[in-house]
Formats: sequence, structure tokens, C-alpha cells
Amino acid sequence: MASYPLLSLAIWIPILTGLLVLATGALCKSWQPRGLALFGALLAFAVTLPLYIGFDVTSAAMQFEEFVPWIQRFNVAYRLGVDGISVWFIILNSLITMLVVLAGWKIERQAAQYHAAFLIMSGLMNGIFSALDGVLFYVFFEASLVPLYLIIGIWGGPNRVYAAIKFFLYTLLGSLLFLVALLYLFIQSGGSFDLLSWRALPLSLTEQSWIFFAFLLSFAVKVPMFPVHTWLPDAHVEAPTGGSVILAAIALKLGAYGFLRFSLPITPDASVAFSGLMIALSLIAVVYIGLVALAQTDMKKLVAYSSIAHMGFVTLGFFLFLEMSVEGALVQMISHGFVSAAMFLCIGVMYDRMHSRQIADYGGVVNTMPKFAVLFMLFSMANAGLPGTSGFVGEFKVILAAMQSNFWIAVAAASTLIFSASYTLWMYKRVIFGAVANERVQALCDISRREFLILTLLALCVLGMGVYPMPFVEVMHVSVQELLAHVALGKL
Amino acid sequence: MSAYFVLPDFLPALPEIFLLGMALVVLLISIGQKPIHRTLAFYLTQLTLLFVFVLVVGGSRTEAVYTFANMFVRDLFADFLKAMVCFSVMMTLAYSRRYLAERTAIPVGEYCALSLFATLGMMAMISANHFLPLYLGLEILSLSLYALTALNRSNAAASEAAMKYFVLGALASGFLLYGMSLIYGMTGSLNISEIAILVEYWKQNSEVMDSLPLVFGLVFIVAGLGFKMGAVPFHMWLPDVYHGAPTAATLFIAAAPKLAAFAMLARLLLGALFPLLPDWQPMLMLLAVLSMGLGNIVAVAQHNIKRMLAYSAISHMGFVLLALCSGLGTGEDPLTTMQLAYGSALFYLVAYVLATLAIFGLIMMLSRAGFESDRLEDFKGLNQRSPWLAALMMLLMLSLAGIPILVGFFAKFAVLTAVVLVGHYWLAVLAVMFSLIGAFYYLRVVKLMYFDEAPANAPPIEASVPIRILFSVNSLAILLIGIFPQTVTVICTYVADSLLFRIPLF
Repeated sequence: MASYPLLSLAIWIPILTGLLVLATGALCKSWQPRGLALFGALLAFAVTLPLYIGFDVTSAAMQFEEFVPWIQRFNVAYRLGVDGISVWFIILNSLITMLVVLAGWKIERQAAQYHAAFLIMSGLMNGIFSALDGVLFYVFFEASLVPLYLIIGIWGGPNRVYAAIKFFLYTLLGSLLFLVALLYLFIQSGGSFDLLSWRALPLSLTEQSWIFFAFLLSFAVKVPMFPVHTWLPDAHVEAPTGGSVILAAIALKLGAYGFLRFSLPITPDASVAFSGLMIALSLIAVVYIGLVALAQTDMKKLVAYSSIAHMGFVTLGFFLFLEMSVEGALVQMISHGFVSAAMFLCIGVMYDRMHSRQIADYGGVVNTMPKFAVLFMLFSMANAGLPGTSGFVGEFKVILAAMQSNFWIAVAAASTLIFSASYTLWMYKRVIFGAVANERVQALCDISRREFLILTLLALCVLGMGVYPMPFVEVMHVSVQELLAHVALGKL
Repeated sequence: MSAYFVLPDFLPALPEIFLLGMALVVLLISIGQKPIHRTLAFYLTQLTLLFVFVLVVGGSRTEAVYTFANMFVRDLFADFLKAMVCFSVMMTLAYSRRYLAERTAIPVGEYCALSLFATLGMMAMISANHFLPLYLGLEILSLSLYALTALNRSNAAASEAAMKYFVLGALASGFLLYGMSLIYGMTGSLNISEIAILVEYWKQNSEVMDSLPLVFGLVFIVAGLGFKMGAVPFHMWLPDVYHGAPTAATLFIAAAPKLAAFAMLARLLLGALFPLLPDWQPMLMLLAVLSMGLGNIVAVAQHNIKRMLAYSAISHMGFVLLALCSGLGTGEDPLTTMQLAYGSALFYLVAYVLATLAIFGLIMMLSRAGFESDRLEDFKGLNQRSPWLAALMMLLMLSLAGIPILVGFFAKFAVLTAVVLVGHYWLAVLAVMFSLIGAFYYLRVVKLMYFDEAPANAPPIEASVPIRILFSVNSLAILLIGIFPQTVTVICTYVADSLLFRIPLF
């Protein structure tokens, strides 16, 4: 099994399929390339499964490593590998891509380009999660902006141009400073872009602080953290359903992943030194953004703000530097991948029928769409962090860890349980329950078999992870331990 | 043969001599008014350039060869740039063919002959080891370009642009000449290699001899170079010329002369005035920052894509200058940093020229008789009219914006590495911030092509299949060199070495 370059396959199968879809779509206008797209996504998902099966959970080292020299002039290499932190994200990404292709089955406008954009982006995202070379990571990180920019801009809502450009420029702003930091590390390390060797690179606290803030700007925009989160609600609202799903489930994870792959290992002392700031920003995201979500009248915007609040939990977990908190945060990331994807898909299901995302336009949907209401209920509960769903596991661990470090942090963090329950369930109540609000709701038909399949798959993931989170936790355990030991040791 | 007169070795200058002869032949042919004359002139020009290219590449030697009493030098640096110039002129002509044929007011024969003369001028500049051929080459180039700009003489905008170009260009030449004469006055030599040694001597005895007059001359030379490269604050001619000239001439001005200007800069500042590096480096730094800033910011406000690309060119020249002023910093081995700096500047130029050729090529492909297709809104909904052309144009725009995995990214990457290596962190941060502003207007073109609807009455794109293939290959090269930049970076480093190793200091 180890003889196959699984990571390369996970990156290049979707990209090449995407290009093939693009080509066939351009050559024959009548043929719908969605079957091909789905096949590619399935194949890509299939090659990621051996990553989990063959993963050695007792080792913190990089596994499935690949190495090909790329640009010798700058010592850049095509260096891939996964550890316990990244492996689940590749599987999650490939799974979500498959569902997104299914969810976009009925897209008519430039369908080939639509599916191709998602497939190419999926490959690039897998590249981000498996790159072990600074430049390679950066290349994937920035290249993945382009498909998402096009997805929002071409298939998005009325204000899509503004949202797409804002999304692109915001993210680019962060990543350009990240590039300067990478170059600085390249020079300081005597000409190496190897991420693993940067771990051992001695850096003074001043240097670490500068690099930390360059990293922070890049990742904070991507997470997004307060106060650089404003692009996300715009992007979410304007993006088509599939775009929102990828954005929430995968793209937001890139920033958080970056903290674990770059900030903590390379600038451990600065990370500890500025952990107070990070915790404060995370708590603002949890509390303030939670309140903002409560006031939303647009469902997508509400879930978008809820995503920011949940990601605040993730960064909080990272910067508490406890084993339980980091693991909790990672579990929360994966869970949020399932739950937010499901929430956006549910909103997409309603939007496809009603062409409205306003909560006020709905009411009593349960009367006409009972099957849908059940599934939506499950995901809403998971979003609120109900025990038994995946949303609970991560939040509980982070709050528990926060209690160990500081009572008041734990109190503020725990408020999320109230806020997320309030905004999610209140929205659910207004949309689903009550009397049938108008004739258009009366005319709704329940979900099709395709939609049922997508949502049920996600429901199984959400429940499975909530009841038995062991497969997720055991994979990351050793890697997280090793990372935290590295941070505790420091570089000074 | 008498002992007083030794026939110079003509062989190193064979490409130039051949080019001159053929330029005269093409000029003769262009007197004819029949279509056959036009076709003949065109193909003869292309063949000439191809042959010159072969002569340049085939006769290339690692060691530098001097001839004509050390006035002329042929080294790897010269061969590389000459080959690039020939290549970009060939591409320019190929893209311009249909554009010129549709506009009967523009004489094709003259266009070809002027192109050859301009190429000759550029090659003379690139190979100059003496102020005289350098200046002569520059004037041959400039006069050809003024004429090219005004080729459509019934067009008022073109005439105005040519006039502006001529007046400002003459002023720049005057600056340059004045600077050269001051240097001559101080050192008593016009030969670049000799000047380098004399200036070094001057610097070493600085307590006896004041180097201020030298710096005074240097300022004028830098100003003249700034004009020719189109760096702020000497950029005023650029937007008007790009905008007013026929697109075929704009492409000519936008691509090859940048290479020649770079060669001139390298010959003058690096070759002759290297000992004054502490003086000229801050000047270049200022030009670089101003160019990147003004170019990127003003480009945002443009509605005409040629004008937008003019400001974009200003900002890209800023990036090239940024690479040049990053050589020689603190702590590091000077040769290593200079190698990196000049290699990356060359790489940046190659990336820029490739993208520019393709973009103007596309503008000409979309244009028709009576329709220039040079407003930004003409690109609306290109994705619906031709997904393939739109996708390639997107690659080009993203390459200029510096998005990976395109060659523009690695060009910026190389330059920024050079800048960070010498410790100018604030310069690197400024450069990336200006790139961010730049990304906005490149993205706007992508937005127009992909997010907006095509106008209902948009006619089909008329470009012929060979030009489409040429454009595709050109654009895909941007992607391919981006994916495999190793070869080109190594070549550029190698070429930069050939320049640097001849500096007496090393």
C-alpha cells in the first residue's frame, strides 16, 4: 500500500478529472459531464481511505512521505506527507467534494466549468493539507483562491462581484505577508524550505514575534478570526450552495491548520507569548459573533456567523496548549466540516425551491417537507452542540480544558452552548415550525432521493462521530502530544 | 595590409551586419505598393529575424569576445538578450499581421522595415561596450519607435502620442548624453571597461579627488535610464504612447525595448559605474518604490486596457528595479547576492515579456477593422464567446498579478528572495502590498470576462487558427514555466553570471 503515491493521487486525480471535465464540456455542448465529475470525486475519495487504514497511529512522524526535487535553484521540493493532524482533513475534503458534486447535479449554467472548479479546488486543498515544503504549501494555498473566486463570481448571488473580490483581496493580503515570512525563514535556515527542518531552526523572540504576526495575519483572515472576519458573511451569502459548503467545511480549516503546521512549531515561544491575545480574540469571536448571529435575518448569514463563532472555539483550543484542548479543537474542526456543510446544504435545498434565504419568508416547512425537517433538526442540534452529535465532543473537550487553565475563560467559552443553541434553534423554529406561512411554502415538495442521500450520509457522519469519536481522536493523539512537547520546549 | 590599419574581427557582429543588410532590403521592397510586396516584406522580415536568432544562439560562446577596438562585446548576457529580442519581435510581428492587414492606413512594409531597424538598435545597445555605440543603438531604436507610433498618420491620437514620445524621448536622450559627457569629462574615456577601472581608481583616492562630479553625471544617466525604462517619475510618456499608438506598435514598444533598456542599465550602471554602487542603489530604490506604487494605484482607475497595461508595465519595471537595487547588502557574500538579484531581474523580465506579448496578441485578435477592442468593457463575457481564450487570458492576468503556479509568481518570488536576502524587509513588505493593489485590477479583467454577460451583438472572434495556436502556446508557456521554473531560473543565473564576472571588482 505504501508503494503507491497516495497523496499525489489524492491531489492530482481531482485536478486532472477537473481538466478533463472542462475539456469535454467545451468540446461537446450537449453532454453533461457531471457523471465524469462524480466518478473523479469518488475515485479521489477512494484513494484517501487507505490513508486512514494504513496510518500508523503510534507514530508522530510524517507518513506516506513523497519527495521530488522541484526548483533546485531555491531548494524547493515537492515534499508531501501527513501526520495525525492532517490526515483526517484530506479524507474530509474528498468526501465533501463528492457531496458537493452531487449537490450541484442540477446546475445548468456552465455546468462543466462548475464541476471542474470544484474538482480542481479539491485537489489543491488536498495539496495544502499534505505539503511539507513552504513554497509548495504557499502555491497550493494561493492557487486555491482562484477556483473559489470564480465559483462565487460566476454562480453567486446578486452582489457576487463585490463578495468575490473582497474574498480574494482579503485572503491575498494575508498570504502575501506570509510569503515574506517564508522567505525570511528560507534565508535564516541557510536555504531550505523544509517545514520540518524549520521546527529546529533557532530564532530569537523578536524574530519569532514578527514571523508569528505575519503568519497570524494570513491564517486569521482564513479562519476567519475577529476582526478580519468581515469577508466571510459576504462570501457565504453570495456563493452558490456548493461554494458555501466548501468554504465553510474546508477553506476555513486551512487557516486553523496553518496555526498547527506553521505558527506553533516554527514560532513556539511567540505563540506562547501572544497566547493571551489569541485567546481574547477567540473569545470575542465566540461571544460577540455569537450575539451577532442571533440578530441575523438571512439564514446563510446566520450560519456564516455561527461558523466564525465555532472557529473561535478552535483557535481557543489551540492556544490553551493543553492536549485535551488541541484535540478538542481538531475534533471540532472535523465536526464543523460535517455540520456546516450539512447546514448550508439544507439551506440550499430550501433556496432551490423558494429562491429566498430570508427567515421571514418561511414558516411551517415541516408540514410540507417532513423528511427534510427531521434531517435539518439533527444538523441544527449538532450545530448547537447537543450530546450525541459530533458538535458536542469537541466543544466539551475544549471547555473542559479551558476550565483547567482558567475559570473565566471556561465561562466565556461555555456561553457558546447557550448562544449557538439560541440562534440555531430559534432559526429552526421560525423556519420549520408553526403554521404554513404562505402559499409558496404550501407548494413545497419534500427532498428528492439525491438530496436525501447527501443529507443522510452527512447525518451518519455527524451521529457516528458524536457517539464514537475514537477513530478521530486516536489518529491525532500522538501527533498532538509531540507538537505540544515541542511548544513547551521552545526555541530560546 | 598596412601596419597602421588592422581590420577588425567582424565575426562577433555577424548577426547585426546581416540584420542591417536585410533591413535595407526590406526597406527597398516596402517601396512597392502591391499586396505581394507587403506579403514579401512580412515573410522576409520574419525569416531575417529567425536567421538572426539562429546566428545569435548558434554563435554563442561562454567567454566574452571584444571587437571593433573594444567597442563591441559579445557575451552570454548579450546573446541571451538578443535572442529574447529577436523572439519577441517575431512574436510581435506574427500577432500584428492581421491587425495591420485590416488597417489599410498603416503601411505594412514600413512597419516591417522599422521593426528591423529597431531590432538592430536594440542589438547594438545590448552589445555596446562603449558609450558611442550604446547611444547610437539607443537613437536607432528610439527613432524607429517614434515612427512606429505615428505610423497611422491620419489618426490624431497616434500623432499626438508620437509627438509626446518624441519630445520626451529626446529630452531623455539629452539627459543621458549629458550624463555620459560628464563621466567622460571626469575619466577621459568612453569605453565602459576603462571607465570602470578609472572610476574605481577615483573612488579609492577619494580623499584627494572629490567624486561629486561623477555622481552628478550618474544622476543624469539614471534619469535617462528611468525615462527609457518608464520608471516613475520619468513615466509620463508611457500611458499616452501605449494608448495612442496602434496596438501593433504598442506591443512592439511594450515588449522588446524593455529588454534593451535593461541591457543598457546593466552596461552603464553595472559595467561602467559599478564603483558608484552605493550612490546609484538608493536612486534605483526610490525609482522602484515610486514605480510600483504609482503604477499599481493609477492602473486601478483606468478604463482602457492598453492604458491599464501601461501603468502595469510601470509597476513591473519597478519590480525589476527592485531586484537590481537589492544586490550588495549587509553581511552576505556580494557575488552571491548580486547573482541572485540580477538573475531574478532577468527572470522577471522574461516572465513579463512573455505575458505582455500574449496579452496584446489577444487584444489584436479580438479587434477588427474599425474596432480596437482596447476598452476594458470589450472583454465582457469573453468566457461565453470563447472559453478557451478567456481561460488563457485569465492565466495571463493571474501571472501578472503574481498568483502561483504561474511564472509571474516565481518571478516575484525570485525578486523578493533577493530583496529579503540583503535584509530590506520593509522593501519586500512594500512590494507585496503594492502587488495586492495590482491584483485588484488584474482580477477586474477576470471579473469582466467571467462574471459579466457578453453584449448581445458581440460578433464572432475572427482570429485565424495559426494565431490561435501561437497564442495558446505562448500562454501555456506561462503555465509550464510556472510549473517547471528550474530551467529558466538556471539559465538566467548563468547569464547574469556572465555579466557579473566581468566586473573588475570581483
